[in-house]
Amino acid sequence: MASVPRLRRSRGRDPLGLRRALSDRLLPALVAAMTLLAALALAGARGAAELTARWEAGAAAAVTVQLPASAAAGGRLERALAALNALPEVAEARAMDQARMAALLRPWLGEAPAVTLPTVIELRLAGLPAEPEALTRRIAAAVPGAAVESHGVWVARLVALARSLEGVALAALLLVAGIAAAVVAVAVRAGIAARRSAIGILHDLGATDSDLAGRFAARAALLVGAGALLGTLLAAPVLAGFADLAAPLLGGAPAGRLLDLPWARLPWAELGLLPPAGALLGWLTAQVTVRRWLRRLP
Amino acid sequence: MVRFAEVGLRYATPAGQPGPAPEVLRDVSFDLPQGSFHWLLGASGAGKSSLLGLMHLALRPSRGEVEILGQRLSRLGRAALPALRRRIGVVYQDFRLLPHLTVQENVALPMRVAGRPEGQLRTDVAEMLRWAGLEAKAGALPATLSGGEQQRVAIARAVVTRPALLVADEPTGNLDGLQARRVLALLREMHRLGTTVVVATHAETLVAEHPAPALRLQEGRLVAHG
Repeated sequence: MASVPRLRRSRGRDPLGLRRALSDRLLPALVAAMTLLAALALAGARGAAELTARWEAGAAAAVTVQLPASAAAGGRLERALAALNALPEVAEARAMDQARMAALLRPWLGEAPAVTLPTVIELRLAGLPAEPEALTRRIAAAVPGAAVESHGVWVARLVALARSLEGVALAALLLVAGIAAAVVAVAVRAGIAARRSAIGILHDLGATDSDLAGRFAARAALLVGAGALLGTLLAAPVLAGFADLAAPLLGGAPAGRLLDLPWARLPWAELGLLPPAGALLGWLTAQVTVRRWLRRLP
Repeated sequence: MVRFAEVGLRYATPAGQPGPAPEVLRDVSFDLPQGSFHWLLGASGAGKSSLLGLMHLALRPSRGEVEILGQRLSRLGRAALPALRRRIGVVYQDFRLLPHLTVQENVALPMRVAGRPEGQLRTDVAEMLRWAGLEAKAGALPATLSGGEQQRVAIARAVVTRPALLVADEPTGNLDGLQARRVLALLREMHRLGTTVVVATHAETLVAEHPAPALRLQEGRLVAHG
């Protein structure tokens, strides 16, 4: 008597033949490319957000009030500090130490003890002013005769630019996610077309919509997750390279070797979320696509 | 067991065609008792496949009431149908085996769909393959089998879950006389084991060799029952 061979669970568990219908080549490759773009957009958004915070913080100390050298005498400096501290926009007004100012100016003036330095008050603002020009006028009014130097106007414009860049990067991220969902939907529809007969057989045998959609969704989640992981791995060195190029802007120096790239500066937490987020996107897209198609069956 | 009352069936109107499509079944009424064997007879286009489609829940009636295994279809939502389908076995003329699965994997399919434990599958599938005389072909792909063997696989798949109702649509239509008799013997065996069986066929010789009550359709109407 012939013996019955052992049932192969792996193939038996893929009765729709989705390993061939949803190929493990094209879809993961497309998703990997889109994940690379998503990682770039994500890092761009994160970089723009950092720049915004940095510039906002810089703007808080970007206003200086210059008094004539003689103001140090006669209590004018104290009156000016009191008037400035009383302004609601000012978190702190502090006279700059003469020795520190001399040190700052030394590269330009050299050792020139004969030059009389003005008295300078540094202002730390409570926040980036909505109208820097109006604040400048109020400071000038509070301390008559003082020269107000404000870089806030430029910083505000730069912050607005950085915020718009952050918005564009997030929009690009959403667009990439939308395109990825569309690609998955097209792939799943192709898979349905290729396995229409098998779907009908399983349906007639009593398979539920949940079962059929779940088989497609599991396969799509696996492929999209794998593609997203590949794209993330490809994105890491690219992002590290960009971060290295930007190092001089942040007071650092470019690295000479791959290992010296600023790996620690990459947004690892966000990058780590890309593969599971991609898998979830693939799973959801496949579920919706298959269930909508199955509605035509009785 | 199976009850049709004033059943009419009309397919969806094809796009671009004016007016409703004609009814393919009209005022069909009958009762099939549990454990019965019935032939379903009629010329091509008489409505045999449509009637079987209603019986195995591949179609829903346009009017009238269909009751299958004690369940009125008019009272069942779409979500309730899969559980009922698992109690019905279907055999098609064109076998409808999954070509990438082996014989035993095809036979195991309904049990997997029903969520039976993997450990239970092997025994039941092996027993079913022995019953159908396919033990030696367990690891073969359908494309390597003869028509008769493929139809026996289809029957084994249809009955592996011990359905209460078994419908067969021209199961011998693609087979020679010997294979047809062998397939019919399996269907009769299921009937003998208590399953309600309905077999649509053109083969009057088979009907003559195996006398049984018959439903006869003509242009969508039931013209004889008994």
